[in-house]
Amino acid sequence: MSYLDCDLEELRQKIVSREVSAREIVARALDAAEKLNETLNAFLAIDRRGAEARAAELDQSLGKLPATGPLFGIPIAIKDNICVRGLQTSCGSRILGDYHPPYDATAIERLRAAGAVIIGKTNCDEFAMGSSNENSAYGPVRNPWDIERVPGGSSGGSAAAVAARIVPIALGSDTGGSVRQPAALCGIIGLKPTYGRISRYGLVAFGSSLDQIGIFGLRARDVAKVLSVIAGRDPHDATTADVAVPDYAAQLVPDAKGVRLGVPRALFGEGLDPEVRRAVEGAIEAYRDLGAEIVEVELPHAKYSIACYYIIATAEASSNLARYDGVRYGFRAEEADELIEMYRRTRDQGFGAEVKRRIMLGTFVLSSGYYEAYYRKAQQVRTLIREDFHRAFARCDAIITPTSPTPAFLLGEKTDDPLKMYLSDVYTCIVNLAGIPGISVPCGLSSSGLPIGMQLVSRHWDESTLLRLAHAYELAHPLTARPPVAANW
Amino acid sequence: MLITEADIEKLATLARLEITEEERRALTPQIASIIAYVEQLNELDTSEVEPAIGGLTPEGERTPTMRDDEVRPSLGQKVALEEAPDPALGYFRVPKVL
Repeated sequence: MSYLDCDLEELRQKIVSREVSAREIVARALDAAEKLNETLNAFLAIDRRGAEARAAELDQSLGKLPATGPLFGIPIAIKDNICVRGLQTSCGSRILGDYHPPYDATAIERLRAAGAVIIGKTNCDEFAMGSSNENSAYGPVRNPWDIERVPGGSSGGSAAAVAARIVPIALGSDTGGSVRQPAALCGIIGLKPTYGRISRYGLVAFGSSLDQIGIFGLRARDVAKVLSVIAGRDPHDATTADVAVPDYAAQLVPDAKGVRLGVPRALFGEGLDPEVRRAVEGAIEAYRDLGAEIVEVELPHAKYSIACYYIIATAEASSNLARYDGVRYGFRAEEADELIEMYRRTRDQGFGAEVKRRIMLGTFVLSSGYYEAYYRKAQQVRTLIREDFHRAFARCDAIITPTSPTPAFLLGEKTDDPLKMYLSDVYTCIVNLAGIPGISVPCGLSSSGLPIGMQLVSRHWDESTLLRLAHAYELAHPLTARPPVAANW
Repeated sequence: MLITEADIEKLATLARLEITEEERRALTPQIASIIAYVEQLNELDTSEVEPAIGGLTPEGERTPTMRDDEVRPSLGQKVALEEAPDPALGYFRVPKVL
């Protein structure tokens, strides 16, 4: 019996009832993080002092405060592109290197208020641009299931930290699949909520119309619990919507009765690994057994989603990353006599190859003479993609696809060909274009023992259906195998 | 469309990036192949389609985002300068502009 066999609420109960102290739980997570980091490189910063102090403060507050928060004493890891006051926020980039934000992201503020204890910042692809975590300036993260393989990206460190049972829960960010794809490759749950569900205040911007903070967990119930804590309108982020946030965990039921599950067969063809196809088809049958009605749906513009995504995401990135100029924070190149030269040297030395490539592409699609042909065209195709989902959701309540076309690939396998890497996002980036919520749920292992994930997506604001489907599936078909590199506290 | 090394150099200037000759040689075919790939959108007739601007949901569009224009606490000069690479006398100092 390990504490991580408990869900978050059970673990919280143990702490609140003083069966175990917050200090002990947090120390176990810190020990695991420090011990496994040599192998996994999942953390860029581990805050032993701060986390231990906060845990001690929580233990001392027991009995004195009228109430204890829903995440009281729970250790959590945060992707290094989300601002946590007092800790670094490097975004996996040299250009932010030793940057220490003077404020907390709204999601962090809410986690802290709920009693969660942040143990560290996790490695990621530079500025969240990548599908393998190989674009981090601080070295790649390794997959706990096979350390010769990638954990997925861009939130690879957070995914690996949860998969390796260092922490029960972690935050990432998802612009084109950066939570769902690493969740699939690491055999855990990864949720990207509806655009506007979680405040982006304090999340370093990449593609502002696509970015959402997402949640990694070992089980749907835990993810539901955390979502209820961090979701909701925030005056600091004008794109958060005034939509009620339910108690997601309380809504979970262990079946899929009455749910119409849409299957877009056309997306199960070319490029899909046969083992992944079999696993997801098995999951469709499992949902039928759980009471879901299976219906065929079409997403006729899905095949254009990667092209559409890489125009919009790079355009937004080139604008957002213009702020890194060596003036107000972060790295500045030394040897420059005048301003423009300083900007260019700073950005040359500060950014890695993939970030430069995307800034250049974004600059191209927004530049005079090409804006209409590329950027505006992509925005129009985005409308068509949104309409596809609107029509599909008239016939079903959720849609199932694979999360990633293959299980975890080898380190270095796709680094020479950026376009090949982009194709890893084929099932996920369409969801960000539509602004709808998506979740990746483990649905088996490949013959070589690598996790396979299915993706479920639903209507705007209907995270409840996704969490319910994830919960029902994991109860009926739990992933009992553990990665070879894992703590067990 | 055809992407040349001169185009890449121009983009680097626009994006305030400095790239080496080696980077330029590597980036030219990479950017060219990505642009060729995204041009598949031209298969679609979108003459009657409204562009989707921003990522808001209908509920997000309806959410009021205006507030009263009133003075509120902010970071302040000291904190705002703490992360600057070269602060001086309460300012961000930069190399000469002209």
